[in-house]
Amino acid sequence: MAKTFLKPKCLSDQETHYCPGCTHGIIHRLVAEAIDALGIAGRTVGIAPVGCAVICYNYFTFDFQEAAHGRAPAMATGIKRVRPDLMVFTYQGDGDLASIGMGEIVHAANRGEKFTTVFVNNAVYGMTGGQMAPTTMPDQKTTTTPFGRRVEEVGMPVRMAELLATLSTPGYISRQAVLAPKYVLRAKKAIRKAFQYQMENRCFSFVEVISTCPTNWGMTPTEAIDWAQKTMLPYYPLGDLKTPEPVKEG
Amino acid sequence: MNKVLMKGNEAIGEAAIRAGCLNYFAYPITPQSEVAEYLSKRMPEVGGVFLQGESEVAVSYMIFGAAACGERVFTTSSSPGISLMSEGISYIVGAECPAVFVNIMRGGPGLGGILPSQADYLQATKGIGHGDCRLLVMAPASVQEAVEMVMMAFPLAEKYRNPVIILGDGLIGQMMEPVVFPDHLKSAPSNKDDWATSGMETRKSNKRNLVKSLYLDPEALNAHNLKLKAKYDRMKEEEIRYVTYNTEGDYSVLIVSYGTMSRVCRSALESLKTQGLEVALVRPQTLFPFPEKAVFDAASKESCRHVLSVEMSMGQMVEDIERSVQGKRPVSWYGKCGGEVPTPEEVMDAVKDLMRT
Ligand SMILES: Cc1ncc(C[n+]2csc(CCOP(=O)(O)OP(=O)(O)O)c2C)c(N)n1
Ligand code: SF4
Repeated sequence: MAKTFLKPKCLSDQETHYCPGCTHGIIHRLVAEAIDALGIAGRTVGIAPVGCAVICYNYFTFDFQEAAHGRAPAMATGIKRVRPDLMVFTYQGDGDLASIGMGEIVHAANRGEKFTTVFVNNAVYGMTGGQMAPTTMPDQKTTTTPFGRRVEEVGMPVRMAELLATLSTPGYISRQAVLAPKYVLRAKKAIRKAFQYQMENRCFSFVEVISTCPTNWGMTPTEAIDWAQKTMLPYYPLGDLKTPEPVKEG
Repeated sequence: MNKVLMKGNEAIGEAAIRAGCLNYFAYPITPQSEVAEYLSKRMPEVGGVFLQGESEVAVSYMIFGAAACGERVFTTSSSPGISLMSEGISYIVGAECPAVFVNIMRGGPGLGGILPSQADYLQATKGIGHGDCRLLVMAPASVQEAVEMVMMAFPLAEKYRNPVIILGDGLIGQMMEPVVFPDHLKSAPSNKDDWATSGMETRKSNKRNLVKSLYLDPEALNAHNLKLKAKYDRMKEEEIRYVTYNTEGDYSVLIVSYGTMSRVCRSALESLKTQGLEVALVRPQTLFPFPEKAVFDAASKESCRHVLSVEMSMGQMVEDIERSVQGKRPVSWYGKCGGEVPTPEEVMDAVKDLMRT
């Protein structure tokens, strides 16, 4: 019988530590597929965040560095500047990237560093037990917003893709989701495109992925998917926000 | 070998290049911004990397990322900037990567001042980052010595797979002195294939490398820390450097002083000699590891009655000296920490006061 569903070569056989229904695993797969498709595993260096994906290097089979909380884009900058021939990506959560690491990501993007960032937006801090993230939705209950996120106290959720898209430096900025097969397919394309731009030494590339954290949302995996579709997608619209291509008129 | 007249900060930048380090990331801060200004011109000339980061926090991780690829890399900063780099330094130590940091110290705490100081002694030697984290700390007393220490720092960092920090006071950075860049201190980067994330294709290997500092298993973390401790212990065996002055004959006071301050102490020592007053000096060149035995031996001299730490800090080195002297002699302190360098006359007065007690 022919195998129709193969594991990407650059993913290891190890079982992941993620909770049931967590979308980190899907996103790992998309990253691995892109790297396999481009045949670049031998010259790729991944950077793991501080967050639930801190040991994601256990699931990839190429070189990896482990960052401090939020600092992955600075590390990626260090690598790309001294070894522009390497393919480098950061994999970061929303606490990591949009809170403590806001400075590093904005400046790396603005310098047009030629690496790729995969940004997992699950609207909470997963690893530390579901506290509020900058991306937490208005009125969303978390362990540090027991009455729901009060926007009059802590502001509105940060839209990272839009924020980075305002920078004048050319870049590839996209927002995708992994909440249903159709979204996953689009996310796969975007992640591949992001790596492609890096390969061509074109620009900084960034793919935000709307994800779920059923454990900390206190939901079943399917409830989490429904909630993300109903609550997050209207606020975090999907699609390419910016590409390095010249804008077509009309 | 040509002698050239150079400002300390520029000489430090040039020394790194001569040592074979072509990668520099930094954030401007007085009194060492000239290093960045110099290298922003010089690195492109030699095909090297110069990047002004957005903060010292980011810079410390640019250093980490580059070092973790096995490339020689360094940065320079001054006290408040080093505080911000402290997080990254701890990660670099934990992940066992070689890198070189230079701290041209200014006064503190807080914003402090921009004039010379030695007030980061404890930070550099005991508290450079969280966890059981130590750096090899070298303290130059002249621009020439700064050059040599920078050049030595890269192979040392690689030998230990641990960062090295050069602790200079503002004068070292600002002084103009004649320097040579000794050829014998040039070194080729070591082979880092067994650990660096240089890309599997680069290493022609199908074994991937992982650079990390996380050890969730307590036994594994303990073993990791024992390994780091063994490195620090080896530094104590192999890297202690110091110079002694006037220790041959009898003396009643032993001064311990490093950096620019030690040069002032030497002048004081010479002048006191002409007045018939004998004083000895131990000048640590490495602050970690500290030259404990040299200080102990010099303090143990029968004629020696006092040990005096002279530093541009409020006595931060006193504890290391006391530890070395092991209670054999009283240890006191003289210094200033506002940016003014004590004069030879002031040091002489401090010594004479001691002699009277
Ligand atoms: C400097 C620092 N501060 C705080 C922490 C604790 N911490 C670990 S993970 C985390 C949040 C991670 O959340 P996110 O980036 O959203 O990733 P997720 O776990 O949801 O995938 C925090 C605050 C840390 N490790 N380091
Ligand atoms: S806590 Fe949330 S983000 Fe972390 S593994 Fe579990 S479901 Fe995934």
